[in-house]
Amino acid sequence: MSTAAPLVELRDIRKTFGAVQALQGASLSVAPGEVMGLVGDNGAGKSTLMKVLTGVHQPTEGAIRLEGREVAFGTPSDSRSAGIEMIYQNLALAPNLDVVANVFLGREIRKKGLLGLRMALDEEEMEKRTTQLLDELKIHIKSVRLLVEKMSGGQQQAVAIARAVAFKAKLVIMDEPTAALAVKEVGKVLDIIRDLKRNGVAVIIISHRLQDIFQVADKITVMQSGRTVAERRTSETDMDEIVKFIVGGAREDLSAIASGR
Amino acid sequence: MATIDRTEAASPAPSRSFWKDSAGSNSLGLIAVILAMIAVFSLLNPNFYSGTNIRNVLRQTSILGIVACGQTMVILSGGFDLSVGMVIGLISVVSSMVMVEHGLWAGVAAAILSGTLIGAFNGIMVAKAGLPAFIATLAMFSAARGLALIISGGLPITDLPFEFGDLAAGQILTIPVPGIIAAVVFIFCAWLMKRTWFGRHVYAIGGNQDAATFSGINVPRIRIAVWSLHGALVGLAALVLTSRAVSAHATLGEQMELESIAATVIGGTALGRGRGSIFNTFLGVVVMAILTNGLNLINVSTYYQMVAIGIIIAGAVYVDQLKRGRA
Repeated sequence: MSTAAPLVELRDIRKTFGAVQALQGASLSVAPGEVMGLVGDNGAGKSTLMKVLTGVHQPTEGAIRLEGREVAFGTPSDSRSAGIEMIYQNLALAPNLDVVANVFLGREIRKKGLLGLRMALDEEEMEKRTTQLLDELKIHIKSVRLLVEKMSGGQQQAVAIARAVAFKAKLVIMDEPTAALAVKEVGKVLDIIRDLKRNGVAVIIISHRLQDIFQVADKITVMQSGRTVAERRTSETDMDEIVKFIVGGAREDLSAIASGR
Repeated sequence: MATIDRTEAASPAPSRSFWKDSAGSNSLGLIAVILAMIAVFSLLNPNFYSGTNIRNVLRQTSILGIVACGQTMVILSGGFDLSVGMVIGLISVVSSMVMVEHGLWAGVAAAILSGTLIGAFNGIMVAKAGLPAFIATLAMFSAARGLALIISGGLPITDLPFEFGDLAAGQILTIPVPGIIAAVVFIFCAWLMKRTWFGRHVYAIGGNQDAATFSGINVPRIRIAVWSLHGALVGLAALVLTSRAVSAHATLGEQMELESIAATVIGGTALGRGRGSIFNTFLGVVVMAILTNGLNLINVSTYYQMVAIGIIIAGAVYVDQLKRGRA
């Protein structure tokens, strides 16, 4: 797997916001069908790095390569049309809409209606495709017409993932996908991640729950103070080692707080 | 579980009928209330169900219905509009002056156009400048009232074209024209909100604006569009009201902001949560219409009616919250 050509490669990314150096040299790569855990203490730069990758922020320095070619994402829509989907924690779904509406939100299938304008929604087609999609991902929901707010946290996460991969995503980035879930539901979400992997989709998981990452990730990248400081194959490391890398950053943060920065 | 999934997927009929969308448990309760009110008022005064009275109610409430449709769409998108009443006065004055000078159709165009522009301006204040809807529309309330009084000098405008009266007084197959206009508006808005991508985006913005943004929806553009459409409907309502009054005046639409929000809320559309529907608002308007007319017929004064409507607003929202707490 490590010999496969990378799908996405970040090379020495730096990002400054005014006087603040949020990213000071972060590099990583993911191959198709590879699951990567991105870990680090709060403020280590994980979210900022992912926002650079998805076009929310533009890097001050450094390069993003997608399938070998250098790319620049000006907006989240740019990265999305390149096949990169981000699932934000708590931000992904409209609770007052049903599963079908959420999966197709912003990308509704339309049909010709009044005056030949393509205003009308093709509900039957969207419902059919949503059912297919959930079947493929082995997500079982009583009805695709259920309102999202009536679903459990795990089911909502499953819908958010289904929505992300509905449009041929090559890479899905998940921000704390298991943080808010009951133990039983965590297993289901991890199963879905394994399914994505089998289908050749690359996954980056940002998480504080190392036990979850160790269950699904092929490799783990550790960040501290805006840098990527370690990358390990999951099979060649253990939790103790990863925690040491993370905590090393924590000590630096403490000294920074003590020095009044 | 899996077998249930299959049967549902296999059923050829779409599992989403217009009726099923529209009639939640809330709607069924309201329909029961409406039927009960009809029964009580019919017993108390047989004139209640006479053709003349029904046509009269249609004429009176169709204006509220048109405004409430716009108000509901704005509320579904997470806003609300306090300026409606004074904006109606302003549009009434402006379009009547245009009508007197340049003829009927120029006046009609002026009403719809100025309504749309004022709505768009409210929308820009809310969606682009980031003002809370309460502040933005309160400011518009004051400004529109002042402008209407300045332009008209506080006097009514009376010499409107004779044919203009038909808009409110006319009938087609014994149905009053305003009722037909309101029906078309209701059907169009219900279709727009439930059946089109536009309505879907409006609901999404009301439910979770961040999710809408991250889904690639141009949130400010949709919000401004909703406010503009609402403004156009306010312009239409101003025309019907002016025609009904056979004259324009700066204070013509007074209370309309409160009544339109009341009808929306009684119907069960929640402020700021993206929940509810045009159909719900239709029921809310019917409740208000029957209540007002019924109380009139049994000689209850307008003052008591205001108290009654206040109680019903609070009661309707309380019942709605009880239901949600239980669910």
